[in-house]
Parts: sequence; C-alpha cells; structure tokens
Amino acid sequence: GPLSERRLMDVRLGELPAWLATCNFSPQGLLGGVRKAWSSYYDKYINVKRGGPAGISMLLAGYCLLSYGWNYQHIKCHRWRKYH
Amino acid sequence: MLSRLILRAAPAALRSLPPPVTVGVLHATRPLHTTQRCLGPLPPLPEKGGEVRYGLIPEEFFQFLYPKTGVTGPYMLGTGLLLYFLSKEIYVINHETVAAVCILSVIIYGVKKYGSNVAAFADKLNEEKVAKALAVKNEAIKDLETAIEQEKKEQWRAEGCSFLFDAKRNNVAMLLESSYRERLLMVYNEVKKRLDYQVALQNLKRQKEQDHMIQWVEKNVVQSITPQQQKESIAKCILDLKALSKSAQAAV
Repeated sequence: GPLSERRLMDVRLGELPAWLATCNFSPQGLLGGVRKAWSSYYDKYINVKRGGPAGISMLLAGYCLLSYGWNYQHIKCHRWRKYH
Repeated sequence: MLSRLILRAAPAALRSLPPPVTVGVLHATRPLHTTQRCLGPLPPLPEKGGEVRYGLIPEEFFQFLYPKTGVTGPYMLGTGLLLYFLSKEIYVINHETVAAVCILSVIIYGVKKYGSNVAAFADKLNEEKVAKALAVKNEAIKDLETAIEQEKKEQWRAEGCSFLFDAKRNNVAMLLESSYRERLLMVYNEVKKRLDYQVALQNLKRQKEQDHMIQWVEKNVVQSITPQQQKESIAKCILDLKALSKSAQAAV
C-alpha cells in the first residue's frame, strides 16, 4: 500500500527516510504513535486467552536494558580492566 | 501465565457490574470500535499470544534470520554479541550481576514449578465467568422461546374463534326457526278454534230447528186425531190382530 500507511516493520531499508518524512512528529502524532505501538504489543502478547510469561517478561527485560543504559556512566566506573 | 494474573485486576475492580458488562469491558480495551460503528459481536480473543523463545525473544526474529543464516544464525549472533559486550566491558560484571543471576534463577524456578497450576486456576476463573454469561444468554433465549410458543398458541386460539361464532350463529338460527314454527302453530290453532266454533254454531242451529219442527209436527198430528178416528183405528187394529192370530194358528 501507500508509504505513509505501512507499519515500520513493513518498510524496506531504502525507503526509511521517505517513511520518516511522512511521519507526524507533533506531540499528538507522537502520542498516537506510542498508543498504537502499545496497543499492538498488548493485543499480541498480553490480551489473549492463554498467555504465558512472555508478555511481561519482555517488558521487564526492556526496562532492565533501559535502566542499564541510563546508568551506564555510573557503571563505567566499576570496570575491571583499564584497557580493552 | 503472569499476564493472566494481571488481567484479573481489571475485572476484580468491576465485580459490582453484572457479568455480561464485565465481559464486555474486558473486550472493550481493544481499540476495535474506533474506526466505524460495530453492530455485531466482537471477534473472540486469540487463544495464544505471539510465539516467544526463551520468554525474551519473539519468534519473528528467528524467522527473519532463517533464510540467510539457517537455524543457528540467531544463536551465533547472540553468543557473539554477548562475548563482545563482556570483552569490551560494555556490560560490566559487578554485584548487580550476582543479584540478577540469583533473582532470575528463583523466578525461573517458580515459573517452571507453579506456572501450570496458576494457569489452570486463572483458566477456571475465566471459564466460570464465561459460563455465567452463557447461562444468562441461554436463560434469555429459553424465556423468549416459551414466549413465542405461548404467542403461537394464542394465535391458534384466535383462529378457533371462527368455529365458535359458527356454532353461535347456528344456535341463533335454530332459535329463530323454532319461534317461527311455534307462532305458526299458534296461528293455526286459533284459526281452527274459530272455524270450529262457527261449525258448531251451525250444527246447533240446525238441530234446534229439527227438534222444534218434529215437536210441532207431532203436536199437530196428535191434535188432529179426533175421538171418532181413534175408535175406528182401534177397531181396525183388533180386526187385524184377529186375522193375524188366525193365520198364525193356521201356520202352526
């Protein structure tokens, strides 16, 4: 279909700048994007009849990675070796 | 399985509402009614969520790498990345690593041991909810069906009214006929009585005239018999009697 209506996963690598140009970067647009992403994730992994641990474990893993990234400057001080 | 426990929180807050509404609210969190008016029932929830390997990486990643690298591609990528992070100390091993390992092992042990039990319990709760809603629906359907049957019976009864009216019409016709015949008979009797009276009157008159005439004739005849005639008739009778007795004696 047309470029602006395709999801991010269906956009080819060469078309990425063009797709980014069609994106709506206003606050409402960003909020809408966040809401759509959350709802697609929620409908795929959490809002099912027989879910498993995968739904929230991925969220927790993402949270762990994000917090590690935010605290990286502080963690860098606890390295074992000086030269890598 | 843990997701089912999270889902429990939503309906628990809405337990005051009747069951169908809670089931509807559970479905309403999906943004399906945002585009156009949906007049039919919502599609049911999918049975299983998206496939995830080791609880962390979605299956789509493995499928994405399969054409180029085969089955072991993602694992090689994971091992390479891990060694790279460790060797460059982008991931630093410190006390948090030990804590993470302990916590993860406990969690994984808990999930593996009690996961199925909790899943069965949550499934049972869901099942009861669905059964209650279904019972309400079936109850409503049954009530409506009995109402339909009663309605049909009433219609059948209304059809029978025509027979009733036919019978009543026959009754009325019979009453009219019988009263007509009764009056006809009465008329006949009255007329006959009057005619009989006239006939009796005439008979009486004739009889009276006859009697009167006979009496008058007798009276006149008796009056007309003079004593002279009486003597002559008696003498003649005696002569006749003598002659008869002589003939009778001769016969014997």
